[in-house]
Amino acid sequence: MDKLPAWADLVLVPLISLLLAAVISVLVILAIGQDPWEAVRVMVQGALGSPYGWGYTLYYTTSFIFTGLAVTVAYHASQFNIGGEGQAQIGGLGVALVCLALPWPHWTLALPAAMVGAALFGAAWAAIPAYLQAKRGSHIVITTIMFNYIASALIVYLLVEVLRPAGQMDPATARFPKGAALPTFHDIPGLNLIFDAPVPANVTFLIAVAACFAVWVLLWRTRLGYEIRAFGKSERAAVYAGISPVKVIMVAMLISGALAGLMAINNVMGEAERLLQNSAEGAGFIGIAVALMGRNHPLGVFLAAFLFGFLYQGGAEMGLWTSIPIELRLLLQGLVILFTGALDNMVRMMLVPFFRSRRAA
Amino acid sequence: MDYATLIQVSDSALRLATPLLLACLAGLFSERSGIFDIGLEGKMLMAGMASGAAAYLTGSVWLGMFAGIGAAILFSLIHGVASITFRGNQLISGVALNFLASGMTVLIAQALFHQGGRTPPLSGGARFTPIELPFAEALADVPILGPFYAEVLSGHSALVYVALLAVPTTWWLLYRTRFGLRLRAVGENPESVDTAGISVVRLRYSAVIITGILCGLAGAYMATGLQAGFGREMTAGRGYIALAALIFAKWRPWYALWATLLFGFLQALALRPDVIEGTFGLAIPVSFLDALPYILTVIVLAGFVGKAIPPRAGGQPYVKER
Repeated sequence: MDKLPAWADLVLVPLISLLLAAVISVLVILAIGQDPWEAVRVMVQGALGSPYGWGYTLYYTTSFIFTGLAVTVAYHASQFNIGGEGQAQIGGLGVALVCLALPWPHWTLALPAAMVGAALFGAAWAAIPAYLQAKRGSHIVITTIMFNYIASALIVYLLVEVLRPAGQMDPATARFPKGAALPTFHDIPGLNLIFDAPVPANVTFLIAVAACFAVWVLLWRTRLGYEIRAFGKSERAAVYAGISPVKVIMVAMLISGALAGLMAINNVMGEAERLLQNSAEGAGFIGIAVALMGRNHPLGVFLAAFLFGFLYQGGAEMGLWTSIPIELRLLLQGLVILFTGALDNMVRMMLVPFFRSRRAA
Repeated sequence: MDYATLIQVSDSALRLATPLLLACLAGLFSERSGIFDIGLEGKMLMAGMASGAAAYLTGSVWLGMFAGIGAAILFSLIHGVASITFRGNQLISGVALNFLASGMTVLIAQALFHQGGRTPPLSGGARFTPIELPFAEALADVPILGPFYAEVLSGHSALVYVALLAVPTTWWLLYRTRFGLRLRAVGENPESVDTAGISVVRLRYSAVIITGILCGLAGAYMATGLQAGFGREMTAGRGYIALAALIFAKWRPWYALWATLLFGFLQALALRPDVIEGTFGLAIPVSFLDALPYILTVIVLAGFVGKAIPPRAGGQPYVKER
């Protein structure tokens, strides 16, 4: 198969994949007897047409940046971390334990402590699958899937039996103290001129952007990042160069789990302000689509996370105002993963003739 | 737990184990041919929706079953095209198909029936009816074995017996036929199969289609046997439990039966907290029983209890020549 120019591989393949996914979605909407243009209009209006919409879109974007980066870091070490969902839920547990441990006076103190809690718990949940892969060769994909289910069972147990305050009916922790509440875009001076009503997007968005930069530095500007990428490209060459497979797998997965866990700052601390069942709400899985769509580069992850933030918020509005079920989001998500991750060779084959003819001419 | 309770729990265990067993054998065919399949869940879900919808519209459970098989084969073929023809990542394709199924099933069911993504309740000929095994009535009074035969083995719908029969059939197909030998070979060493002049692509597509048929049966049983109609996300992770059972069974058909019966038994126990408390003298949290199949699988995967070695060529696309 002919190779595509690098820019085509990076830009055209995801865009064509997105286009194919969009075309199929439009056909599905037509097939169930609905109006696709009305759907697009409601989505754009609902996600980007008001400060309120932007507040939600950026809130979802924040979560997806973290889970997308988590998949990205593991990917560069040739590990496919499907466990972001479980790691994010356990990260939420870390956040909840930190926030409930002390009567926090101010969020600037609570936030760093909660970040440590989230990252440690997320990393710990990734550590066992990573160890089993590194030392015993158990397939990381299967173990991380299993750990997603174990995580949700564990959270259900803890919320029902241990963390639920006496006299409360619904399985959730107590509310976090006021001092642990993160400022939303509505509370930040300057931004509150645009966001004139309460929105869920909060300071975590800035941390997510910083995390994108940090991951870029880590992967492309440090020795550790070089080791991770070298190992991911060729395990045998890396071993020959003196890179330890156990170290790379462990470190990459711990960072990956920590990033997935950090997502909980956004949803548990920034929005819900208590730990609920199924707190990650599928964001861990969307991270897979985000990383694939973003071609496993932090900048791409940022853009793809915004795209999925738009789809997520737009999809919610569409489910509210049209007769198209909200599950169209899952369809789009599945199609994007399918085209960018599994049928990417097909997309490349579709593109090759265009470049071949140009080169020949 | 007295004998009567044990019989009751075993009866529901067999019922709950059936979709797991069918899906587990489905995964076995695919993975033995070298195609990883974590999309069992999605295929079951599609089949459940298609069979629930078709059974309601036609009033015939058999037409429903065939619709379910058709839907699951369609998804199998997408997986096949992605992972065999275009040599894509099989794991990612499986993940994608699961999301696709979650979305598609609700969209279609909602468009057809406008009942919040469910199919209308099935009744009469649109459901599988229990089959009384011969002499169940007469033998029920025989001590110990009589109730077991009459209550646990007898009185299930046809697909339960199909699933049980699929175990020896799978064993025979895999270990006693030429097709089975080739199928196992293509999952271990596709180059050698290719050198012998046998098409790797065709073998793998046949395996993937068998996977579709069995997932179709599993989904059809969910919607028309176990429950009366399709509901959103009704498979509730059973595809992943089946995957866990497949690893637990080390990719072998008879072990698959025992693994899925064990996991079915755990599911049945989780439904009876009173029995657990009576037997063990303390309340074991239901969430622990829910997580147990996954925990057991991780332990097996870790190699602490024997070693689970997957088919060697699993997950790698076959490239004939470079």
